[in-house]
Amino acid sequence: MENTVNAIELRGVTKRFGEVVANDRISMTLRKGEILSILGENGSGKTTLMNMLSGIYFPDEGEILVNGEEAMIRSPKDAFALGIGMIHQHFKLINILTAAQNIILGLQGPQKLNMKKITDDINALTEKYGFDLDPDMKIYDMSVSQKQTVEIVKVLYRGADILILDEPTAVLTPQETQRLFDVLRNMRSAGKSIIIITHKLNEVMEISDRVTVLRKGRYIDTVETKDTNEQKLTEMMVGEHITLDIDRTEVEETHRRIDVRGLTVRNREGLRVLENVSFIARSGQILGIAGISGSGQKELLESIAGLQHVDSGQILYRAPDGSVKELTTMTPKQIYDMNIRLSFVPEDRLGMGLVGSMDLTGNMMVRSYKKGKGFLTDRKAPKELAQDIVDKLEVATPGITTPVRNLSGGNVQKVLVGREISSSPKVLMVAYPVRGLDINSAFAIYRLLNDQKEKGAAVICVGEDLDVLIQLCDRILVLSEGTVAGIVDARETTKEELGMLMTSGRHTAGENMQKEASRG
Amino acid sequence: MAEVKTRKVIHMVRRGGISKTKAWAIRLIAAFLSLIVCAFVIVGITGQNPVAVYAGIISGAVGSGRRAWVTVREMVTLLVIAVGLTPAFKMKFWNLGGEGQILIGGAATAAVMIYLGPVLQDWLLFIIILIVSALSGMLWGLLPAFFKAHFNTNESLFTLMMNYVAMQIVTFCIVLWENPKGSNHVGVINQKTKAGWFPSFTGQDYMIDVILVTVITVLVFAYLRYTKQGYELQVVGESVNTARYAGIDVRRVIVRTMMISSAICGIAGAIIVAGASHTISTATAGGRGFTAIIVAWMSQFNPFAMVLVSSFLTFMQEGSIQIASQYGLNENASDIITGILLFFMIGCEFFIRYRIEITTAVVSNAKEEK
Amino acid sequence: MVLITFIHQAIVQAISMLFGATGEIMTEKSGNLNLGIPGIMYMGGIAGLMGAFFYEKGNDNPSVLTGVLISLLCCALASAAGGLIYTFLTVTLRANQNVVGLALTTFGTGFGNFFGGSISKIAGGVGQISVKTTASGFQAKPGVLSQIPVLGPLLFSYGFLTYTAIILALVCTFILKRTRVGLQLTAVGESPATADAAGINVNRYKYVATISGAVIAGFGGLYFVMEYLGGTWGNNGFGDRGWLAVALVILALWNPAKAIWGSFLFGALYILYIYIPGIGRALQELTKMSPYVVTIIILILTSKRNKPEEQPPASLGLSYFREER
Repeated sequence: MENTVNAIELRGVTKRFGEVVANDRISMTLRKGEILSILGENGSGKTTLMNMLSGIYFPDEGEILVNGEEAMIRSPKDAFALGIGMIHQHFKLINILTAAQNIILGLQGPQKLNMKKITDDINALTEKYGFDLDPDMKIYDMSVSQKQTVEIVKVLYRGADILILDEPTAVLTPQETQRLFDVLRNMRSAGKSIIIITHKLNEVMEISDRVTVLRKGRYIDTVETKDTNEQKLTEMMVGEHITLDIDRTEVEETHRRIDVRGLTVRNREGLRVLENVSFIARSGQILGIAGISGSGQKELLESIAGLQHVDSGQILYRAPDGSVKELTTMTPKQIYDMNIRLSFVPEDRLGMGLVGSMDLTGNMMVRSYKKGKGFLTDRKAPKELAQDIVDKLEVATPGITTPVRNLSGGNVQKVLVGREISSSPKVLMVAYPVRGLDINSAFAIYRLLNDQKEKGAAVICVGEDLDVLIQLCDRILVLSEGTVAGIVDARETTKEELGMLMTSGRHTAGENMQKEASRG
Repeated sequence: MAEVKTRKVIHMVRRGGISKTKAWAIRLIAAFLSLIVCAFVIVGITGQNPVAVYAGIISGAVGSGRRAWVTVREMVTLLVIAVGLTPAFKMKFWNLGGEGQILIGGAATAAVMIYLGPVLQDWLLFIIILIVSALSGMLWGLLPAFFKAHFNTNESLFTLMMNYVAMQIVTFCIVLWENPKGSNHVGVINQKTKAGWFPSFTGQDYMIDVILVTVITVLVFAYLRYTKQGYELQVVGESVNTARYAGIDVRRVIVRTMMISSAICGIAGAIIVAGASHTISTATAGGRGFTAIIVAWMSQFNPFAMVLVSSFLTFMQEGSIQIASQYGLNENASDIITGILLFFMIGCEFFIRYRIEITTAVVSNAKEEK
Repeated sequence: MVLITFIHQAIVQAISMLFGATGEIMTEKSGNLNLGIPGIMYMGGIAGLMGAFFYEKGNDNPSVLTGVLISLLCCALASAAGGLIYTFLTVTLRANQNVVGLALTTFGTGFGNFFGGSISKIAGGVGQISVKTTASGFQAKPGVLSQIPVLGPLLFSYGFLTYTAIILALVCTFILKRTRVGLQLTAVGESPATADAAGINVNRYKYVATISGAVIAGFGGLYFVMEYLGGTWGNNGFGDRGWLAVALVILALWNPAKAIWGSFLFGALYILYIYIPGIGRALQELTKMSPYVVTIIILILTSKRNKPEEQPPASLGLSYFREER
């Protein structure tokens, strides 16, 4: 009986990265000729699990069965040999080559390339499944969705029967998403088995036959799509409410500090990563920013910090003395020169914010090196500050002359946060402040944020753990595909509400904006 | 379950950190190995006893007061170029144009000596030479820096090409200044009056070179360590994003740093022309603009390491020039020796950054290919 | 008639640069910026010369063919050794490419001049080395064809290495543009991580491309010694042609076929000063800088990022290794 054999079966698969267990004894199946969605929040282990199928990682424990037979997948080559092909979120394409050249890259065959035959083969394939692709087009001339098409065709051309797509719709417009779904349905009719990783519930409901839910590295359940609904899936995805005992201090007097009005930012490819974003950040409050990663959080913070070119909209700073300054087109230096104490803990700590090869003192100077007399830097004050941070935040380091690159993630974060709050900021922006930190360090950071809030800073905190955001913040702004899906009171909201807003997409976000505007 | 096979696998594991002693021990071993290989090469060529050969090298480098001073002179010249290149390299700007910057600085020096030598006083000449050579070297570095800052033009190829433009300008100058006419050589400039020559100090002809280089070295490292500008260029070299975050004007820093770097290379040209050879030719830089890159790189911009590395290289070069003449070989033997030393010293850095581990790994079941 | 001589001389000058540029293009296509090419050309030249020299010295009646083959082989071996040193240090030991390249050029130039000087001494003085028999093989022209007026001197008055250089450049272009190996080599130079994910052995491509590139470039040195100089050695006589070859890569936009015309242009610029009437020696020297100035201008123009194909390979100068997690 052919169809009783599963395309893929995982039995107790575990993958650890050092201390972190990314996948904990996961067992699941992919049936032949079905579309299976894997649903889960950021960090739930979806991508790691799929990377073990495509040969990028090798499981620490457990078995993988492909078409009923036990398989060893040690490299992408092994995966291809088993008919498994994965389409990654970050495309692996050579820009200066054509689609056809990229598709045949790495394949064996006659030395002399018969491009005509290859093109014909590709055209036959694209016609069969209904792709729209010109094999002779260069990658650098292509849109994101065209590049994705190349990746899918590349996998099919290698004869894959099992396709894994990692968040394929994250980069697509609604129309492009529909076209992709049509193609996926065609492939299913042709007998291919497909896994699609996503966290957009409406798409899960639309495209998949079954849904497997992961949470924090664990397998939760698999359900038939027709037997479930978005509400049930959200509950499975976010889990039960967990109390973390994070104190939320109440500050009586709050003032408007940052006004963002109609902010629109385009990335280098011209796509809008932020669209018409408006909100107010108040002193004495923590404004949380929630959203699926890549929804525009990075660009939002960088726009306020003066690191991002703003296409339209306004960013206003209301100083405690009542004066209003426009930050929209300012560089970080201009903001500094105007004596606006704006601190920023970026997401990529060593890529922006810290200098890996320099010691702690040198890194303190990133903010203060201009303060020295005349031509010379002052190293004394930064040195004292570094020592102070090491003592107060319990940074584990051999000394303040150690390059920060040699510190662990949590300690790097403490150094950066410590420096940024040392200037008693009026505005403090932090992105994923506890990512990679152990629980004690995380609580130390929460306390620091609360301290700043009490001292009257307007804190903006981008986070990924909804439990934390709900308990730490005063208000939470939810970004979805670069638009504001809603701004909610953290004391009243639920994880389900946030989850729905995060996955609502650009269409519904507009309506929510209206509601928010009327609330003031 | 199919049968399980194992095999030895060599891993290259990045070291978390390495103690200074251990790192220097590795470098010392590499230097020692390179000396052994050099010995084999020399013995292979000359057929002499290696001990005698190394004795010849030592005698060639420091065997007499005069030889020792020549070695010191060559060493400080190499050092000042390496020091000059350091700010640019700390900014991760690949200045391969040291040769050109030296040549232009040297040509400017020769011009001052020839045209102003007869009319100006010595101390004034000395100052003018330093200023003019620095300015001309600076101009040579400014061009590639400007285009790097504004158009992101590849600086390594640009600076490389500038070397040969400088080379042709020097040959042009040689034709203007040749002495005697038609010889295609400039000859010793102001041989009788010694106008523009760096004066001898404490009775030593090259003492001024040493003092000048020491001063420049101290200044450059103070600049890097204690000034705002020095701090800025290091942040730019590490991460342009962090530099922008810190409010640094990246373009301005690139141009400014290259101006400083190439000005020092220009002064190195003055040190060679006015402080050592007292003539100008296309061989004035003599590849030192390139060797100095390697010196700076291998020293990881540590001034003491730079002194050590340039001493070692110069010592071996001067020594091998001596044994070359002793055994009737030509002086290019020293380039071969330098090359071998460099290969070993470059290669050993790998063993400082990585650890080799040999482990036994399960290759997997028989089904798997490869 | 002057024009014909001019073009002929330009081509004569061009060939060693063409070999060098073709070799460097193949190397750079793998992502290795080998600044040791000038040194490798010295190594190739002297090794070929030495092979022929000792063969003719040890043989009373040397044969032309054997001499030519021996010198080709010696040249290829020495240049391959240079390429191997470079690749071992940069790929296996992950050293910085520029630093290794410059050290290799120092070494190679010294190697050439040292052994050149040494065998000159054996032969009895500078310019006294004579490998007449072998050199006659390198300088042999395609017989009757060279007698044709105009076309003869223009097209048929060169030794076999000249034609080899042009054919080799065309073959390399064909390999890069039309074959699987070329496609994968391009991928390695553009994005080694992508090539690796596609199952291409990145290090093997880097080794093979760099070493064969070195051999091709080495023939440029041999051409200079054998066909241009007629089988002798002048100290530093090869001059800056090696660096011009590196510059030519930029002018040719990483396409060996374009390097053919580029090398003719460089060759013409190189000797232009002889043909400009009425300029003195000083101005002649200034004219000689034109190939470099042209290269700088091209470099600036292409850095404004018009066409991605005309850019250097994207990973040029960077070493690649898979980070283990």
